[in-house]
Amino acid sequence: MSSLFPLLMALALAPFIQGVINRTKAVVAGRVGQPLSQPYRDLVKLLRKGAVYSQTTTWIFRTGPVVGLASMICAAALLPFGAFPALASFAGDLVLLAYLLALARFFTVLAALDTGSSFEAMGASREVTFSALAEPALFLGLAALARQTGSLSLTPLLTTISPSTWMQAAPALGLTIGALVIVFLAENARIPVDDPTTHLELTMIHEVMVLDHSGPDFAMIQYAAALKMWLLGAIIVAIAIPWHSDNFLLDGGAAIFGMLALAVVTGIIESSMARLRLLRVTQLLIAAIVLSGLALALVQR
Amino acid sequence: MTFEDEKETTRRAGWIYLVASHVGTAFLLVLFILLGRANGSLDFDRFSASSGASLLFVVALLGFGTKAGFVPLHVWLPEAHPAAPSHVSAVMSAVMIKTGIYGLLRVMIFLGAPQAWWGWVLCGIGLTSGVIGVLLALAQHDLKRLLAYHSVENIGIIALGLGAGTLGLRAGLPAVAVIGFAGALLHVLNHALFKGLLFLTAGNVLHSTHSLEIDQLGGLLKRMPRTGLIFLIGAAAISGLPPLNGFISEFLIYLASFKGAVSLGAAGSVPMLATIAGLALIGGLAAACFTKAFGIVFLGRPRTAHAEQAREVGLAMVLPGFALAAGCILIGLLGASVVALMAPLVSEVTGLSATIVSTLLSETGHSVAFVSLTGGVLVVIATLLALGRAIALAGRPVSTNVTWDCGYAEPSPRMQYTASSFAQPLTDTFGLLLQTRRVLVAPRGLFPTEARLATTTADPYQEYIFQPFLSAVGRGFSMLRLVQQGQVQLYILYIAVTLLLLLLWQLA
Repeated sequence: MSSLFPLLMALALAPFIQGVINRTKAVVAGRVGQPLSQPYRDLVKLLRKGAVYSQTTTWIFRTGPVVGLASMICAAALLPFGAFPALASFAGDLVLLAYLLALARFFTVLAALDTGSSFEAMGASREVTFSALAEPALFLGLAALARQTGSLSLTPLLTTISPSTWMQAAPALGLTIGALVIVFLAENARIPVDDPTTHLELTMIHEVMVLDHSGPDFAMIQYAAALKMWLLGAIIVAIAIPWHSDNFLLDGGAAIFGMLALAVVTGIIESSMARLRLLRVTQLLIAAIVLSGLALALVQR
Repeated sequence: MTFEDEKETTRRAGWIYLVASHVGTAFLLVLFILLGRANGSLDFDRFSASSGASLLFVVALLGFGTKAGFVPLHVWLPEAHPAAPSHVSAVMSAVMIKTGIYGLLRVMIFLGAPQAWWGWVLCGIGLTSGVIGVLLALAQHDLKRLLAYHSVENIGIIALGLGAGTLGLRAGLPAVAVIGFAGALLHVLNHALFKGLLFLTAGNVLHSTHSLEIDQLGGLLKRMPRTGLIFLIGAAAISGLPPLNGFISEFLIYLASFKGAVSLGAAGSVPMLATIAGLALIGGLAAACFTKAFGIVFLGRPRTAHAEQAREVGLAMVLPGFALAAGCILIGLLGASVVALMAPLVSEVTGLSATIVSTLLSETGHSVAFVSLTGGVLVVIATLLALGRAIALAGRPVSTNVTWDCGYAEPSPRMQYTASSFAQPLTDTFGLLLQTRRVLVAPRGLFPTEARLATTTADPYQEYIFQPFLSAVGRGFSMLRLVQQGQVQLYILYIAVTLLLLLLWQLA
């Protein structure tokens, strides 16, 4: 049961996090905002619709959403949640997790190029650019954690971080969290990298790539995006909340609380700053690489 | 290689290849003479560790590195591979550059226990070859030239594995050594499979469209469905994506580096961490490059009449590709068994006992089996999702329409994104390393008539190192023209003078 818990939580609560972010932004802006369940309602609405496909597209276009969602589900099976071990755990699973995200991206990008639209290709081009730079930051951050904990698998790596680890290596863990938050914002297309609410196709990254998807395909894409946000968020939360009690309710509650807190923080970041110019995003991601590099320098004993 | 000898570029590429392989061979002759002198025999089984091992390593690295295409000795490769007919390119890229890796490994076995700095050097070469190779590939407009630069990148990945293995061996960490060498050796095989596949399919594209200019193609998946499918499998495999074979070997190299990074001291872990970050960057850039190659060539709408009229090639031209693609999938799904099969080979290379190696490899095989299992589960989930979608859409309105164009009435295929525009953010970010030349005629006035942009990315190493150096050598030798002028009378005079001098010397 407890090893199924992380997967079930991810599948059930991922869209909720987006609801919390949207509500936070509304509250900060002085609005009432949409109900917290709006992302679920959107998914149900999309699942009940028909679909329109572009004449230009091939089977790649229909494969994109399917592979994207399947990769995220598999990745969710590799990631622990709070104190709960992942469904599958083996040496090097962190590499597989990162490459499952890459697989999803590969097919999303191809599906975008399949439409022959310049808008979508533009988004695809930005997506591959920024992810190529986010990847080293993510890997160096994970390497810093691996060196700190001496473990090569996500479950022991993330669940053995304890208050005493923080006492030993607070600066390194703090820097790692900093780097991972930048990766989290960039990979999930949030401000300051991408603005999910913008109305101009020319300025988007993720949203413009999926412009031509509709109905159930779009529902799968939205759900996969929510899962990706949950996965990258769960890594940050596992580092930031090191207390474990062996009590199912307490540990589960703490982890869920952490995810909600991360969602609120994301909402506040989105409310308090504008999107960066695309050229600056590169610099932000290089800053993330530098942060995780510094974290590594600090864990060298 | 120079089948199409009527083309100036092909002849030039042939010359470059000839010179490069002779330079490589020159170093190898020195290597074998040194080895032979130290051991008193030229038999391979008499070669053993000798005092000047480091010198021998450097000479072997230069000689075999030229064959393999390590940066900066790679300059012949992007000239020679695209110039050859595609099936020859496939063999050159898949097999012949690997002889360099094979030779280097054999010499390292002769030389015995490695020095730590050999590992550092191999990691450094791997990083430069990997990153420079994939960046130059991103900037190319010619499909086969792009693939050729990816060979440089993959040789870099192999060198990273060799470096991690060497450092592990030196540091007394058998796990790092065994997994690093196993990853490098498996990547040799994997690269042969997917790069052979990609060159063969590039040949199909050339056969059908008479063009390899990526920006002149487009929409080929609809016209050449079988070629497109196998190119896609090759592209995903070379980008190191699970569940295909490229991921298995890169996973092993990652695993070796992570193990090294966790267990080595502060200084020792630096090359391991550089390998991890380098592989991550290379992986991201390779995915960018192959989404570009597949997306612009096979997806969207055809950009020219040639691409429009493309037809699928005959069965004989796609069957070899299907066989290679099956190899990519099988190694991906049976990774654990393949890794276990490599035990004798790895034991030979590392000099560790067969039992240690097979124990370590079977431990690793546990991880690899999980990777393959996840890949299998992924395929099942994706199939179920596709079925679910088909059931959900049955009986609902499903229609086709034009791609969303923001209300613009007549978008033409020429307005699509091109390979150059797709890669531009990355080529700009790394512009310092690429030295791309651009000729820009910007649109002017209210009714612009002419506007043009052309970019060319020549090999910076060729341009700024080899070209000036070789020109200087050429100028130096041209001074010999003073004595060799092509006049028979002059040569007879040389003979007479020589004879006279010899006669005088004999008399004196």
